[in-house]
Amino acid sequence: MTTTSMGSAPQKISLSRVLGPIHVWALGVGIVLVGEFDGWNFAADKGGALAALIVLWFCGLLYSAVAMIDSEVTSTIAAAGGQYAQAKHIVGPLMAFNVALYMVFAYTMLEVSDAILFGDAIVSKSGGDSGINHNSFVAASIIILAFLNYRGVLTNLNFNFAITAIAFLSIVILFFSVMPWSQGTVLKLNELVTPENALPYGWIGVIASFHWGIWYFLGIEGTTQAAEEVRSPARALPLGTMAGMVTLLIAATMTWYVCASLLPWQLLGSTYFPLWDAGRATQSPLLENMMFITTLLAALASANGCINDAARAWFSLGRDRYLPSWFSAVHPKYRTPYRSIIFLTPIALAFAFVADLNQAITFSILSGVLQYTFMSINIMMFRKKWPLGSIQRGYTHPLHPIPAIMLFALCMVTFFAIFLGYGVQLTAMVVFYIVVSVWFHFYRYQYVRRGAQFTMPWPKPQGY
Amino acid sequence: MAKYNPPDQPIVMQLFDIACLVAAIFLALWFPLYMGWAGISKNLEKIDNPTWDALKQNPTMVAQWEKLGFTPETAHAIIQNKWVYTIDWTQLIIMTVVLLGYFIFLFMASDREYRDVIDEKFNSK
Repeated sequence: MTTTSMGSAPQKISLSRVLGPIHVWALGVGIVLVGEFDGWNFAADKGGALAALIVLWFCGLLYSAVAMIDSEVTSTIAAAGGQYAQAKHIVGPLMAFNVALYMVFAYTMLEVSDAILFGDAIVSKSGGDSGINHNSFVAASIIILAFLNYRGVLTNLNFNFAITAIAFLSIVILFFSVMPWSQGTVLKLNELVTPENALPYGWIGVIASFHWGIWYFLGIEGTTQAAEEVRSPARALPLGTMAGMVTLLIAATMTWYVCASLLPWQLLGSTYFPLWDAGRATQSPLLENMMFITTLLAALASANGCINDAARAWFSLGRDRYLPSWFSAVHPKYRTPYRSIIFLTPIALAFAFVADLNQAITFSILSGVLQYTFMSINIMMFRKKWPLGSIQRGYTHPLHPIPAIMLFALCMVTFFAIFLGYGVQLTAMVVFYIVVSVWFHFYRYQYVRRGAQFTMPWPKPQGY
Repeated sequence: MAKYNPPDQPIVMQLFDIACLVAAIFLALWFPLYMGWAGISKNLEKIDNPTWDALKQNPTMVAQWEKLGFTPETAHAIIQNKWVYTIDWTQLIIMTVVLLGYFIFLFMASDREYRDVIDEKFNSK
């Protein structure tokens, strides 16, 4: 909630509670589904087509753990900022500051990747030498979506639901159009993925593939950003997130099967448009054009969700005075964090013009993995400080601490995978986080209120 | 514990903080790109006058490449550009130390701040 002066009387204005589980699904799947249209396939480049399938399974496990852990904590701490609010209540202010930055980076760079994909797809469709300017489409997509976000969350996520559903349906239609039950008719998996080329780099290639395997699902945890805007957080967040994970697991499996059965692994690993190329490889103009259009829709849905999530994380930082409180303003008419939306737009535009697609994706993945590492430790601390029964939880995830340990182990593997190719970037990014952490702890924290940060009606944590 | 009242930050300093943060973001993300440090572990194993046979593509693979408009010449750079997975141990150790140091500082400093929060929330008069 923020105080905005309208005329002479200050009023309390908060974000609108207008969303249901379907919007949570649209937010999560909308952000992530673009990963099936572009990005996951670079895992095949790093380790072969079979490696891309192996990491799909492992990353599916990783994200199931993320969704379970996240559902438990978020259904208990329903506040805008998602994992940021969790860190603030469970670990401490500096951790919360870092987690919010992970989210802002992960989502802003994902938005950048989406905009680049959108521009690249249009230029590629036009033939490449038609004089169409890639940057103008990149800029238009970011600015128009930022404007939609500025104008209100309900319309925005209704729009996201529609285009996400169309993009998901196109994968299902492509899957059944190529007769998956009849290998050899259209699909040629046995001849394209052979014992000789299935794992061309051996098991080190499989580990390296984790770098891009994350992209199958990265961003599903963004559903928690809607915590203050859903009518029933304890029901809508776990339901929307779990339904989103199921949708994505189905879409990812279909995508791998169709693409690996239609494209040689080197082509699969290098293309920016695996599903569109799979549509082209069927030589059906209908399927080709459908996959082109839905590649654009998936990119727009993802960018749209990312603007929504990054702005809410930035807004939360301002509201708690971790950043200048100017960012915490809510629009008096549209009830959106409009200053945060406007502030992040030129940053996204700048990187969309200087980074290429796989570099922007890597930036996003790096911040995502740092966040998942935090989540695995966070749930341990949550259960230790408030054991089961000490507070009311909207959802309790099973098999604790196995999901947390599994998540932590997979994060370590992914750090190593990123090191195999982008080690300097990973180190540079962590050095950045060290510098801003020192800045926050020794300087910025003086402007932060202490007890006011803890807003949940819980008993004192055990051990304090 | 007495309630902590943070000082007001002048607007100029708020703007300065924002500028510093934006500069740090650009430095961290853009500088490695500018220096060309990203994704440099690939090696092109060049074949002169490439054919589909020389590129080790079977008839089904050739048919799929050709459906998408590729020739042996245009596919060559894709097929022969291969990852080199050699581990630079010095770089790996530096990365591990930086990562570990970061998380240790993060959790220790967070805990110190968290104790202030809990103390004021639950123990203040």
